Amino acid sequence: MTDDLLALKTETDAALSAATDLRAWDAIRVAVLGRNGTLTGLLRDLGKTPPDQRRERGAALNQLKDALNTAIEARKTALEAAALDARLAGEKIDVTLPPRPRAQGLIHPVARTMEEIVAIFGAMGCTLSDGPDVESDWLNFGALNIPAHHPARADHDTFYLPASDGKPPPVLRTHTSPVQIRTMLNQPPPIRTIVIGRTYRADHDATHSPMFHQCEGLIIDRDLNLGHLKGCLTDFLRTFFDIANLPVRFRSSYFPFTEPSMEVDIGWNRRTGELGKGGDWLEILGSGMVHPRVLANCGIDPREWQGFAWGMGIERVTMLKHGMADLRPFYESDLRWLRHYGFNPLAPTMLHEGL
Amino acid sequence: MKFSLSWLKTHLETDAPLETITDTLTQIGLELEGVDNKGAALAAFRIVHVVEAVQHPNADRLRVCTVDTGDGILSVVCGAPNARTGMKAVLARAGDTIPESGAVLKIGEIRGVKSNGMLMSAREMGLGDDHAGIVDLPADAPVGVPYPVWAGMNDPIIEIGVTPNRGDCFSIRGVARDLAAAGLGTLKPFAPARIPAAFEGGPSWKIDFPEACPWIIGRTIRGVKNSASPKWLQDRLTSIGLRPINALVDVTNFFTLDLGRPLHVFDVAKLSGDTLTLRRGAGETMRALNGKDYAVHADDCVICDDAGVQSIAGVIGGEPTGCDETTTTVFVECALFDPVRIALTGRRHQIVSDARQRFERGLDPALMPDAIEAATALILELCGGEAGAVTQAGAEPAWQRDATMRFARIASFGGSDISAGDAVTSLERLGFVVRHRDADSVTVAVPSWRNDVAARIALDQSPELEPARAAAAAEGCVTIEPECDLIEEVLRLRGLDAVPAVSLPRVASVPAATLTPRQKRSALARRTLAAQGLMECVTFSFMATAEAAPFGDTPDALRLSNPIAADLDQLRPTPVATLALAAKRNAARSYPDVGLFEVGPAFDTAAPLGQRLMAAGVRSGASPRNWASAAVGVDAMDAKGDLWAAMAAIEVPLEGLQVTADAPSFYHPGRSATVRQGRTVLGRFGEIHPRVLAELDLPAPMVAFELDLDAVADPKRRRKSAPDLSAFQPLRRDFAFLVDSGVTADAVLRAAKGAERTLITGVTLFDVYEGDKVPEGKKSLAVEVMFQPRERTLTDAEIEAAGQKVIAAVAKATGAALR
Repeated sequence: MTDDLLALKTETDAALSAATDLRAWDAIRVAVLGRNGTLTGLLRDLGKTPPDQRRERGAALNQLKDALNTAIEARKTALEAAALDARLAGEKIDVTLPPRPRAQGLIHPVARTMEEIVAIFGAMGCTLSDGPDVESDWLNFGALNIPAHHPARADHDTFYLPASDGKPPPVLRTHTSPVQIRTMLNQPPPIRTIVIGRTYRADHDATHSPMFHQCEGLIIDRDLNLGHLKGCLTDFLRTFFDIANLPVRFRSSYFPFTEPSMEVDIGWNRRTGELGKGGDWLEILGSGMVHPRVLANCGIDPREWQGFAWGMGIERVTMLKHGMADLRPFYESDLRWLRHYGFNPLAPTMLHEGL
Repeated sequence: MKFSLSWLKTHLETDAPLETITDTLTQIGLELEGVDNKGAALAAFRIVHVVEAVQHPNADRLRVCTVDTGDGILSVVCGAPNARTGMKAVLARAGDTIPESGAVLKIGEIRGVKSNGMLMSAREMGLGDDHAGIVDLPADAPVGVPYPVWAGMNDPIIEIGVTPNRGDCFSIRGVARDLAAAGLGTLKPFAPARIPAAFEGGPSWKIDFPEACPWIIGRTIRGVKNSASPKWLQDRLTSIGLRPINALVDVTNFFTLDLGRPLHVFDVAKLSGDTLTLRRGAGETMRALNGKDYAVHADDCVICDDAGVQSIAGVIGGEPTGCDETTTTVFVECALFDPVRIALTGRRHQIVSDARQRFERGLDPALMPDAIEAATALILELCGGEAGAVTQAGAEPAWQRDATMRFARIASFGGSDISAGDAVTSLERLGFVVRHRDADSVTVAVPSWRNDVAARIALDQSPELEPARAAAAAEGCVTIEPECDLIEEVLRLRGLDAVPAVSLPRVASVPAATLTPRQKRSALARRTLAAQGLMECVTFSFMATAEAAPFGDTPDALRLSNPIAADLDQLRPTPVATLALAAKRNAARSYPDVGLFEVGPAFDTAAPLGQRLMAAGVRSGASPRNWASAAVGVDAMDAKGDLWAAMAAIEVPLEGLQVTADAPSFYHPGRSATVRQGRTVLGRFGEIHPRVLAELDLPAPMVAFELDLDAVADPKRRRKSAPDLSAFQPLRRDFAFLVDSGVTADAVLRAAKGAERTLITGVTLFDVYEGDKVPEGKKSLAVEVMFQPRERTLTDAEIEAAGQKVIAAVAKATGAALR
């Protein structure tokens, strides 16, 4: 490269280095590469070069052109990056600002427990059945072997609605058992179903509400026996409470609609409320083999079919599972309580995700 | 039922410790409800004789006592002012636990003198507040005997729950029999001697109401002296919370508990005439032993003398003929009454008595002759006198019956491997008598006291059953029920806990769907509404009639006959009503901005189909105040958004819905709507009417929506069509239309969309303007229309033509002009 070309390169490099903004940079680019630019002029003058030198001079000019182009573009990139950095340095936000509020709704604990119960018994092949809250005396009592004079009626604290047409007054169902009767009348065995719904009893204190929720189950088949009742409920309780070795005890009892009848207890610590250990027993649900009279009342021959049924309070198992002390807030709709105990609607119960 | 351990042991020969007894009770179905064992904590404390009490050498206030414990002499330092030579006191020794503090006593040295124990105050023993000095026992208190034994506190009181089927265990003898059968000892024999009649005469029975009273016996005892009972009998009764009254009455109470056999005693001097008649009540009024007056009903069985009603049979006796200290001749009643009639009478008059409790569960009919002999013997022992002849009316009913159990059913029904031999032994221990046994089955006679086994079968079959099916089922019950009764007995005595648990066999390797489409809809609606920011609530199905009325009909048929409180008497017409009140409660707690929803019932009628499952919600107040945007009060469109989100989630086709301004009157008439699919009302939304807000003092503004989940049709299961994914870019053009104020947005949008169906794939309303820039009575609606070419890019002329079609269609449908 001849001296004049070397000088141009040196000059341009120096000018580029001195340019601190894109405007200065552009002036340099125009001065060198523009229509009247230095390099453009040198290229134009190539024709005037003696032919014997022209080839060599041409090669040198092309080399210089590439070098200048690269240097100019590189400087542009550097200046642009610096300009962006300078601009962004002034664009600070307060990153500690709270995000714009997005209302978060939550699922009531009763609904969550229902979902969990449905998932577990669903895995055992049960369907979910439902029925009306207002029932006839026969569906709530008579069909279930609780005749009018039965002492168990007195325990039920039944709410009555006005009678009409000389029939016994309709009742607010005291348990979800009427749906078991409806199921047996409407569907031939075998039956595997659970019933969940609102139930009503005239009782109101820290552990009783005039309205609460029950879950019952009904399993009818040819050869399922009391051992299966125990297995089914033990499997349920251990899954629901997520305690693999939860102690479960079955204790002889009496219900008009089952025989034998059993109360089911789980192991806990009465003092701390901790489930699964502690040596105390807590009654959690009632169960039994379906009474032959109940089967016969629904037209099922007890010589052919047998099975079992159970019932538990949704609120009760919810309170135990989550260590809740008082029943009354379940129905208060106190925003603070709902926020505290509510469940994410986008995380519904799915067995494969774990309960 | 309560009883003391010592009373139980009058019937049960057993060495079993208390805990074994109580555990067994629970295991066999006589659930333990509590044990009151005050004496247990004091068992180690002995009665001692203070041989000498002298001044402590180094302390003014202390004494050094030399005590005789019955098996040795100990030296004890005592600070009590009343410690003195010769007294009887209670000693705790090293290693004993002091009930008051829970501390374990150690041998100590107090100011240089060794103390081997502690003389106890009442407070230290947990027996009261007296700490003025040590317990000062009478001089005859026996040295060396544990204090609770001497004080009569060593008798634990056991309380059990007796289930309605076990009338036989409403007696101490019955409990003893069950425990003996469970292997806890031997039932002591009970065979009272026949006491011969010393005279003839006295009242006699006449039954005019045999359905209520099949059999009754009685006996006159004359020359009695009816004073207070002896201490043992008073102690028995007081130990379980009964008040001793006088010997004759105490005897009846004793046998009510001891044998489960209620008795009644009439003072013969107060009876008119010689015949006691059992008949139906006739509206007379009787003053009962509880001091209250009862008007007897024709369905009540009463016992009358010539003067009138003297007892409501099996429930409560009358005051005028009751026994008191003046009684010299007594007539003892021992009867069998129909359990159902007793239950109904007791309920009718709201009388809960020990007698009623037992009669309504059914009594042992064969026990009556023995019971009256035992009662006679005890009366003669306590009150003296002489007994007349046993008089009776009616006869012992035929209670004898058999029950058969197939041994294979112990496993196939009971899930247990108990052998045939063991099963039969259990039944025999319970009093069943084997009448026939072969390799496969056993037939036993049911004992007289077990009215719950092989009972008469009363079915209440559905009237809709096909007759053959009903008959077969009834026949099956007759065979199976007695067998279940016996299997229950066999299992119960070993504890049902002993039956091995077996997991349910699978029906399919992957279970079918658990939920019906309707149930799935409610689950989806619930999750979707919560995802809209609404909090799920559970509110009561009933509420105050006055608060329900603004929200809909409150028919009498939906008003509870026996509400628990006046404000919970009416089944709600819509969950919006209870949710609105919930919002009000939150506002009162200073949380006025809430969004609440519920999935629950609304009630139209009391019929099973008169109930609808609703997803409903309310919003009140404003959006949350924050730095980025101002708080905005809730409006009807918030509620519509919630409703639309829920409907979209459950696959209601939103395109075809009709939205009309005819919501019920609790909504604002101009800012609410009913949503229909065809003729079916799916839901409603809008602002709550200001009058309702004012009437119920609800926070304003408030909006609500309701979605009738029962009205939504199950979605059809269809494969989706192929998606519309044109390769050509869509074009968007804006149009602003000037329309009359009354023109709905929906009309403009539908017209625009319909202008060129193949080309227009979307119309969005992006501005609504009413104000001074448009003429009075007009508004401007601005829409963006999206044209989607499919074959090729549109030419300018084609775009222009399509735009003109939109303008023309909207103008034709709504009278709109392009702005």
